[in-house]
Amino acid sequence: MRSLFATLGVSIRQNRGFYGALAMFCIIYFFYHVLHPRGFSTNVLVANANESVALAFVAMAQAIPVLIGGLDLSVGAVMTLTACIASGLLHGSPEQIVFGMVVTVLTGTAFGFFNGLVIVLGRLQPIIVTLATGAIAMGFALLVRPSPGGRVDGDLNWALTNSLREFADVYGLADGGRADWFQPVAWVPVPLIILFGVAALVWVPFRRTVTGRTLYAIGSAEGAAYMSGLPIARAKIAAFTLAGFFAGCGGLYLAIQTSTGNADIPQAGAYTLNSIASVVLGGVSLLGGIGSAIGALIGALILRVISFYFRILAIDPLLQPLVEGIVLLLAVSLGAVRALRVKNRLELFR
Amino acid sequence: MNTSLYEHPFVELNGVSKFYAGVRALEGVDFACRRGSIHAVLGENGAGKSTLIKVMAGVVSPTEGTLRVEGRACSFSGPSEAVSEGIVCVFQELSLMPDLSVADNISISDPPRRMGLIDRGAQNRRAEELLARINCEDVDPRMLVRELSLSRRQMVEIAKALGKNPKLLILDEATSALTARDVETVYRVLGELRDEGVGMLFISHRMHEVEALCDRLSVFRNGKHIETFDRGERTQDDIVKLMIGREVEHQFPPKPEPVARPAHLIVSNLAWENRLNGVDLAVGRGEIVGLGGLDGQGQKELLLALFGCLRGVKGSASIGGNNALTLSPAEAKSSARRIALVPEDRKTEGLMLPMSITDNLLAASFSRVSRGPFIDPQKAKAAVAAGIEKLRIKAGSPDAAVATLSGGNQQKVVIAKWLMTDPELILLNDPTRGIDVGTKQEIYRLMRDLADAGNAILFYSTDYAELIGCCDRVAVMYGGRIVAELQGEAITEEAIIAASLNISTARTAAIYAESGV
Repeated sequence: MRSLFATLGVSIRQNRGFYGALAMFCIIYFFYHVLHPRGFSTNVLVANANESVALAFVAMAQAIPVLIGGLDLSVGAVMTLTACIASGLLHGSPEQIVFGMVVTVLTGTAFGFFNGLVIVLGRLQPIIVTLATGAIAMGFALLVRPSPGGRVDGDLNWALTNSLREFADVYGLADGGRADWFQPVAWVPVPLIILFGVAALVWVPFRRTVTGRTLYAIGSAEGAAYMSGLPIARAKIAAFTLAGFFAGCGGLYLAIQTSTGNADIPQAGAYTLNSIASVVLGGVSLLGGIGSAIGALIGALILRVISFYFRILAIDPLLQPLVEGIVLLLAVSLGAVRALRVKNRLELFR
Repeated sequence: MNTSLYEHPFVELNGVSKFYAGVRALEGVDFACRRGSIHAVLGENGAGKSTLIKVMAGVVSPTEGTLRVEGRACSFSGPSEAVSEGIVCVFQELSLMPDLSVADNISISDPPRRMGLIDRGAQNRRAEELLARINCEDVDPRMLVRELSLSRRQMVEIAKALGKNPKLLILDEATSALTARDVETVYRVLGELRDEGVGMLFISHRMHEVEALCDRLSVFRNGKHIETFDRGERTQDDIVKLMIGREVEHQFPPKPEPVARPAHLIVSNLAWENRLNGVDLAVGRGEIVGLGGLDGQGQKELLLALFGCLRGVKGSASIGGNNALTLSPAEAKSSARRIALVPEDRKTEGLMLPMSITDNLLAASFSRVSRGPFIDPQKAKAAVAAGIEKLRIKAGSPDAAVATLSGGNQQKVVIAKWLMTDPELILLNDPTRGIDVGTKQEIYRLMRDLADAGNAILFYSTDYAELIGCCDRVAVMYGGRIVAELQGEAITEEAIIAASLNISTARTAAIYAESGV
């Protein structure tokens, strides 16, 4: 037990940004429920979860290129593209629906792989490559879905955007959600299970592979990573591929949640910018090497909770960008305190 | 130690040359080292030692010549291939990732895995074992490398190398940052490794370390392998002579007779972090004072401290009676101090390469050619023309990007830029590195002219010949202190090298013991 606490202590000291973000999220979300007239209810939790999942996926997508010191400006567009594709495929027989899901996520993954290839083989800067490929993704999205629309299986929509009880009810599991053993977990929102499930099944193991470790090494000291003989090109391609995968997951969920596809250019841009804000809020260093996709996920939740406050407190929603901006600025300022400790000013420019 | 087992060389170089953009770093080197032996490589700065080990460690490939490992010809395409042959290098610049944990770093290239995923428990145990071997039980494998002190980092670096099961371990100045206790530990471990049959290539500037540890020594000079001999075959004096050689290749302007000069810059007891440990120095008007010593003994930090780049500098420095320690280069160049620094790396700190010659020349003195907030084109043009004329910069047009100039002309732009600020104290950080002989001679003459015009000049150079040829006085630094000041006839290569290597004088020995390195 003591060693567990010691491990936790080391972990907190080394990941101040992440634990700070986690604490901030817990506090502001707790008070949100306190202030909410129907606080601490499944309905509120489910509604909040639904609104957060797409951004959380896109934030995780953004975090991985940021870890190698890059930036992916195409994540919002890839999410939009995959949502447009999903909006045309998610109906019919269960096999057809599963096929549609796989195609959607694979499209995002393939797009990310393409980004990675261009960046590594072309030796180009990620920010400019993804600015261009993001525009390409939007172009494809507009071709797929020139005007908003689409058809998504109604059961699927209902089952995946509600609590586990409804999911069981729709698919006739656990006595339609009424089995006794099922009750302790019946309130859990399905969107949160999807979000944390994907994060746990994909990101957590990936981080423990040599390729995953190489990501951190590149962001930390690329020269030292090379000198240690690490697979740099493979890790960079993997970073953008994984970013495409998470953006695809975000697009898939957005299509299921809204039952439509919409090649909305301003919305894609807003998702990209919010993903960068989430990454920073979640304790990921824009210089690379520090942070994790889970941190970015928490950052996205913080950003969403701030917007929820506008509904329960009678604040003019027009103030929302202002408040989000101030919160982001404060978070970034806390992160910059480190620079005060640098003793050789030339190192600030390296 | 059973030498008969290891009679054949483990690694053998034949006729190896390496050129960097036409500059020779190694030329026709034949070299061999065996297992079960500690082999020292000695040489001045720029003698080719670093290039030699980079070739052996697979970091660079030789331009000519062959490399054999256990008799087989090898060509490495990267460091990992050398490691797979058992050639492991502890580099001078640390190769650790600061944001990863100690355990991650130690097992970075081949971590223990379970079902394809890194096994963190096994990795921590492995790190603990390796750290215990070098008496570093106090280092928690879960700590991040950036939380460790420099000496602990160097020990982690050594643990990382040991973890790769080396057959030949290359140590490039690997003990430079260690505490006395760690140095002893490393000596013990190196002895054990030798007895186990590991070969070691030991690069150090510390003569007594070499004497204590190594059984074979090789001397390099100007990229050439001069001689290899067993320990005890040659005296320290002989070795120093081998390192110097007898080539004189620079022409220097005549020096004035030494006279007593009122001090313009007075530095006393200057300290910063663990890099400067109490520097005392005075530079008079009309005087060129050289800073000598081996790389990394605090010379660069001294110049940066005087130019306001370092924070937390302790001690004092005054210039013409005013406090010289500032908080930024902007203050250092202001009219109260008039300090100029020609920085170490002209490509990143000296110039803005894509910008024009004009913009670069004016960069430090815009206020002199401005009227209110606007740059006065007439004044700017005149100032640029004067700067180009004074330094004889060979450029097609002043509006061309400075990147299009040759190295020598680029350096002239940096110097001209600072002369435009009308400085009274000029700090030069190795200003002739990587430029042609002709331009070097122009710079030497310019330095003497500037001194004759009443400026104080502090000049760091890694080239001893320059220090001897240009300077009225030479201050030799070691371990963040000035350990010797040489004047007039006393400025000889033997004297500079002896002081740099920290041999012979009682004073240097005392300081060595104090600093505990």
